[in-house]
Amino acid sequence: MRPFTYERAESAQGAVKAAAEIANAKFIAGGTNLLDLMKLEIEHPAHLIDVGRLPLAQVEDMPDGGLRIGAMTTNSHVAADARIRSRWPVLTQAIVAGGSGQLRNKATTGGNLLQRTRCAYFYDTAKPCNKRRPGSGCGALEGLNRNSAIFGASHACIATHPSDMAVALAALGATVETLSPSGAARAFPILELHRLPGETPDVETHLIPGELITAVVLPPPPEGGQVYRKVRDRASYAAGLASVAVAGGNIALGAVAHKPWRAADAEAALASGASPAEAIAVELNQASENGRNGFKINLVRRLVPAAIDQANGRSA
Amino acid sequence: MRTTIIVNGEARALDVDPRTTLLDALRETLGLTGSKKGCDHGQCGACTVLVNGVRINSCLSLAVMHDGDAVTTIEGIGTVEKLHPMQVAFLTEDAFQCGYCTPGQICSALAMLQEVADNWPSQETTDLTGPIAFTDDELRERMSGNICRCSAYPQIVAAIRSVAGEPA
Repeated sequence: MRPFTYERAESAQGAVKAAAEIANAKFIAGGTNLLDLMKLEIEHPAHLIDVGRLPLAQVEDMPDGGLRIGAMTTNSHVAADARIRSRWPVLTQAIVAGGSGQLRNKATTGGNLLQRTRCAYFYDTAKPCNKRRPGSGCGALEGLNRNSAIFGASHACIATHPSDMAVALAALGATVETLSPSGAARAFPILELHRLPGETPDVETHLIPGELITAVVLPPPPEGGQVYRKVRDRASYAAGLASVAVAGGNIALGAVAHKPWRAADAEAALASGASPAEAIAVELNQASENGRNGFKINLVRRLVPAAIDQANGRSA
Repeated sequence: MRTTIIVNGEARALDVDPRTTLLDALRETLGLTGSKKGCDHGQCGACTVLVNGVRINSCLSLAVMHDGDAVTTIEGIGTVEKLHPMQVAFLTEDAFQCGYCTPGQICSALAMLQEVADNWPSQETTDLTGPIAFTDDELRERMSGNICRCSAYPQIVAAIRSVAGEPA
């Protein structure tokens, strides 16, 4: 690990101020992804601002029947919250599908959203990767790309976003709240947090430098059933090959794109009377493959109708 | 950088490079070598310790992030003279071969049983609104963050089950 300096933030305002003033500073909360990447020298911040003890770990009822989840709430506490288990169960199911008990006890809501891809070429510093070293190329394009994206990829990057939690939040239409270095707070839909890779896969979100996620807000749950399903190479503690969150008529896919992929075309088809199989076929019209990840198209074709049926109480 | 961590009930003042992980502080600075370094990337669970009663991977946390925290390692769970019932169960059920993963397995198991007692769900929990039926599938899923390269898994399940009791 390269040397860095460390401070514990006393307030959110102080944290964003420090992040704006100190070159190459990063926030750290749980640290489970950042420290892993720092050991590999994929991440090398000069300064860490520890936001883990900021008073942003509450889960509060909202006047409209929604729920505000503080950004420092651990994944374990969110998954265990009785309100979430009864009204937004897809979120609990998604969180407990990710990581291990130890990791979920440390990982935070904000950090989970900002975790980085598990693409093997991003992790291997001997290989080209436009995300890790802009301009160096993409080793996955013609390489071991079994885990790569089938939606929204570019010739510069075919990496996927690894979060399960974010897929459920995308299906639930959650809002992200942030604090900017200027002191201004803002809120925006979670689908506007992450970017597609385009020509700049190293720029992964629409956050401005030094902007801190302070909370995620769930709107009241949509009408209809909810379910999260994840397919992976082993039964537990593995990244997904494909996953799907269904919440009423909303469908989001995981492990298939550079961001949680809201299947808007499939949703529209379902709303106009298509069967689940017909609906996902419409979505897959825009899918593309790079060789070894081609199986994901068929996987999604089978997974999504099964999940929709399960959410609607039909056997699957 | 100065930091004070309460380790197994005793306040320990440390002066560490910020890069020092909690695991390295325990092992290298404090000489508590019960917690093991397996992968050093949060994948194997050999470094599992309890922080304020909650299990974490000590390799994926910085010592300086734990100022004032209460850390329990295997040395704080039991001693050779006075073994913890979970340690006795691992011996009785022959729940290890090389033993390298065992401290992490035991720390993880104890905290895991508390998580079940607190009714935290896992992906094996089919009814999210009722009490947890603590089946062997639940037990295995909740221990999936602890790898045993000798593959003593059936005996580990038996050891934890003997402490936890049969499912209701």
